[in-house]
Amino acid sequence: MSRKYKQFFGFMALRLAGLIVLFVLFYIIYDIVSKGLSSINWEFISQPPRRGMTEGGIYPAIVGTFYVTVITALVSVPLGMFGAIYLNEYAKKGRLSRLIRMAIRNLAGVPSIVFGLFGVALFVQWFNFGPSLISAGFTLGLMTLPVTITASEEALKTVPDAYRKGSLALGATRWETIKTNVLPLAIPGMMTGSILGLARAAGETAPILFTGAAFFLPHLPDSPFSQFMALPYHLYILATQHHNISVVRPIAYATALVLIVLVLLINLTAIILRIKYRKKFENK
Amino acid sequence: MNNKTKVKVENLNCFYDDFQALKDINMEIKSKEITALIGPSGCGKSTFLRCLNRMNDLIEGARIEGIVCIDDYDIYQNGTDVVSLRKKVGMVFQQPNPFPKSIYDNIAYGPRIHGIKDRSRLNEIVEKSLKNSALWEEVKDRLDTSALDLSGGQQQRLCIARALAVEPDILLMDEPASALDPVATSRIEDLMKDLAENYTIVIVTHNMQQAARISDRTGFFLMGELIEFDRTETIFEKPAQQKTEDYITGRFG
Repeated sequence: MSRKYKQFFGFMALRLAGLIVLFVLFYIIYDIVSKGLSSINWEFISQPPRRGMTEGGIYPAIVGTFYVTVITALVSVPLGMFGAIYLNEYAKKGRLSRLIRMAIRNLAGVPSIVFGLFGVALFVQWFNFGPSLISAGFTLGLMTLPVTITASEEALKTVPDAYRKGSLALGATRWETIKTNVLPLAIPGMMTGSILGLARAAGETAPILFTGAAFFLPHLPDSPFSQFMALPYHLYILATQHHNISVVRPIAYATALVLIVLVLLINLTAIILRIKYRKKFENK
Repeated sequence: MNNKTKVKVENLNCFYDDFQALKDINMEIKSKEITALIGPSGCGKSTFLRCLNRMNDLIEGARIEGIVCIDDYDIYQNGTDVVSLRKKVGMVFQQPNPFPKSIYDNIAYGPRIHGIKDRSRLNEIVEKSLKNSALWEEVKDRLDTSALDLSGGQQQRLCIARALAVEPDILLMDEPASALDPVATSRIEDLMKDLAENYTIVIVTHNMQQAARISDRTGFFLMGELIEFDRTETIFEKPAQQKTEDYITGRFG
């Protein structure tokens, strides 16, 4: 076989690998949209489920997912940012920072169900929060922590060291340098990465399974200590636990569609932020 | 010229972990003169420069022994306020490093962190600093535009203005013109000569002609040692050491 053909087939294989990714994503979206779109209407978005979830909507699950994602963000974004600032700006390259980095890597590899059970033990029982928005949000927050720390650190690394040195050489303290000359440039990148982590968390089932998600609630959560309905868990029930699965199948697809749209919307925010950020950097 | 001593370095040793970057350096830098440090790459001249405003503190594994006195105050003694030291000893880097802010905010950065908030006072400082760095005429109508839009030579003069804005006594310059074209280089050199009337300047340079053109005294570093330090004419015309002569005549390095 000539070298030219070798190259041709090599590139074809690589291109194929790329196209498979595209195909999988579009097939999933096509499948969900085609089977779920017909069940989506205003009532579906704005009403609670009725008649054993065979009718009505998923409003409480949308609200619940929104609330729990907000709590997740409140836990994971500041902790992740502060942790990243410490690691990238202050920590000496020693045993402690190696240990922290190892912990972050391993934390990222812990299965989500283990996080769920950990959340039960720590937040539900030990802190006595009970199954609640706050227990679930904290659990998800810890789960996304590796993502927010890593993303924030990457964002800090993109700030040229010359900006730090220039500021320090003018007699600024480290903190002044970080506050006025590093963070303003890093925060958009930090936000982008963190939002992608949150989008992932919004779709998780296992960590909220025992920490606060409810099978069915007739009312919306009224405090952080209430249980809540959530889209991924609701979908899980409709798809596998319902007594009449074939009847609720269209509702399950519609729920999946809402969840996917929600996650894509969150990702879109991150993308818009990134584009804006990139432009800002280039113009200047 | 018999100016008084501004910086007195005694038995200075600097280590990066196990590597000794500076060996027993002794040097007196005179007030309001330009002192040039020359030598091949890795000879320790930049390390020496960073010892003078303690920027080496930022390098992990760096360790310093010996005495560096500025105005008879040892800057390595315990309790030295590094912030006010760096305010007094400004630094300009090899690559122009304007902050991604407006020209105005770049110059006002230093004064602001040192507590000056009054707008008219800041205006004065910005104007004066830009005039002193010979940049005012070129940028006075666009102070609010990004400093990154300036040319390389303008950026470097901006960085000099930024350093001047905190009113230092000493300016350390680490190859300030090596990233610039010849025209911009000659402007920086003229500027340095002007600045030497009011400031003590220490410049690291790879360019021996530059050292010969602008400096009053020249120090030749080789492998962490200060081989020779004397008046610039002496160094370039009749150096005492064979190694110095070999270097300036281009026989090595």
